[in-house]
Amino acid sequence: MEITQIATIASKEFWDRIRNRWVLAVALVFTAFALVIAYFGAAQQGTVGFRSIDLTIASLVSLVIYLIPLIALVLGFDAIVGERERGSLDLLLSMPITRLELLLGKYVGLAAALTFSTIAGFGLVAIVLSARLDLNALYHYVGFMLSSVLLGCAFLSLAVMLSVFAADRTRASGLAIATWFFFVLVFDLLLLGALVVTGGQWGGEIFPYLLLANPADVFRILNIFSLDDVRTLYGLATVFPSALANPWLLGLVMLAWIVVPLGIASWRFRT
Amino acid sequence: MESSLPTPNDAGAPLIVAQGVRKHYGNIHAVDGVDLDIRSGELFGLIGHNGAGKSTLFKMMLGLIPATSGDIRIGGALVAGRDFRAVRRTVGYLPENVVLYDNLTGLETLWLFAKLKGAPPAEAAPTLERVGLAHAAKRRVREYSKGMRQRLGFAQALLGKPRILFLDEPTTGLDPEAIRSFYATLRQLRSEGVTTVITSHILAEIQERVDRIAIMTAGKVQARGTVQDLREQVDLPLWFSVRVSKEDFETVRAALSHLQVEAIEAHDDHVKVRCRRDAKMAVIEALARLDGRVRDLTVREPSLEDVFFGFSD
Repeated sequence: MEITQIATIASKEFWDRIRNRWVLAVALVFTAFALVIAYFGAAQQGTVGFRSIDLTIASLVSLVIYLIPLIALVLGFDAIVGERERGSLDLLLSMPITRLELLLGKYVGLAAALTFSTIAGFGLVAIVLSARLDLNALYHYVGFMLSSVLLGCAFLSLAVMLSVFAADRTRASGLAIATWFFFVLVFDLLLLGALVVTGGQWGGEIFPYLLLANPADVFRILNIFSLDDVRTLYGLATVFPSALANPWLLGLVMLAWIVVPLGIASWRFRT
Repeated sequence: MESSLPTPNDAGAPLIVAQGVRKHYGNIHAVDGVDLDIRSGELFGLIGHNGAGKSTLFKMMLGLIPATSGDIRIGGALVAGRDFRAVRRTVGYLPENVVLYDNLTGLETLWLFAKLKGAPPAEAAPTLERVGLAHAAKRRVREYSKGMRQRLGFAQALLGKPRILFLDEPTTGLDPEAIRSFYATLRQLRSEGVTTVITSHILAEIQERVDRIAIMTAGKVQARGTVQDLREQVDLPLWFSVRVSKEDFETVRAALSHLQVEAIEAHDDHVKVRCRRDAKMAVIEALARLDGRVRDLTVREPSLEDVFFGFSD
């Protein structure tokens, strides 16, 4: 494997997103939403203004869990199928580059763009809130940003996988939307439904582990479990085994959500 | 291995060798048993109908798609084998209907492909100049015309000083002036020892410009050789157009009567004579004996197009 080839493709993808202002636009969306949530998040309770950082993060998590998977899927769904459909794939593959290098280059470049906008967008908010952040709060906020990056990278990996499997861009976009619906909206409902139908008699022990089969849930657990204010609020502590609440373990699960779809993509893309 | 690739001094040695190459997609035999040897330093034309298997063969020669059976070697190395990087650094490829990145400028496009090919980025500017795009170096490809894109695609193929060029329909979208300068560049590259494989459906355009051609139909190579070799193989008749005044028509007919002439047609101010290739010199001699009566004489050899249809029908 030649790293320079991966870097060449990755830097093209990254600079494309900088130049067409994709990175700027996404960073601004993150900043704007985060500030609105931080300031008006408690409006339902009849107050406005900045609250505790824990509650702000909890509200941000609910936002990010919808937004980042969507952005990542939109960013990556045509990575390969787009080149194939436009007709530029053959020329790229005629270079002294392997298919794996091309795939990784695409992924790394897009992941860098997504990571950069996530950190820039939420980092700006951290600066605005800096007066209210003590060391502990900063620790949680950095944790939130890092897990947001991981969430984005996991869904980007799924998107790149779809872009290898799909026959054309239209189908790839359909698959991307279906993927978003499944993981973000349907998955938890299915689990809950199964739990209710069986009256909680069956599957109660494996239920928390099934949550690991969804990167969006892993992200939720990763954040909410680390926040003292919130843990009790969501009642999660009672259902979630403490053995699984280790952030490093959850981080590893997220890494698996990055590596496995990419691995499948590269297997499929090999010829 | 790079060291095993022939140097430009080996002109005439087999450089690209295909043996028993097949590509089957289920029941569709896109390429069905092709043997080819393309020699170092030659300009080789691959012609055929759409769907005859040219582009598929091209992609297999580049190692882009694996062959169902058979193998293709460039300079002794398998194109899709372990040495594929070394092989590809010696190859330039211009795909049919090349698509480049609209958001990059001409110069940035060449920088990108130079980096991927491991060629110095400093080659980009002179290469753009070579294809006549120096004036558009800083314009985005989005603003390029079809012909300019094609020339930029050609420039991309020239990066890294390739020893072999694979050009799939390279003159699509070029105006006659650009076509002429394109072939002038190819001739110059040929004198530098570059081997070129070219496909074109404009047969008139390549017939005077290639050293050898192969005619593909239905996934097979039907014939190969110089254009003259193929004319002889297919043995199509020649046409003479003999300009004589009307009263001499019968004289011409009489002079040719003892020869194996297939047809004589009288027109306003000339006679058209069709004969087999082996009667060509006898017909010329018989007409020469008519002294001053023949005012002009043109011989129409079967064109590459005629030859092509002769083989593919």
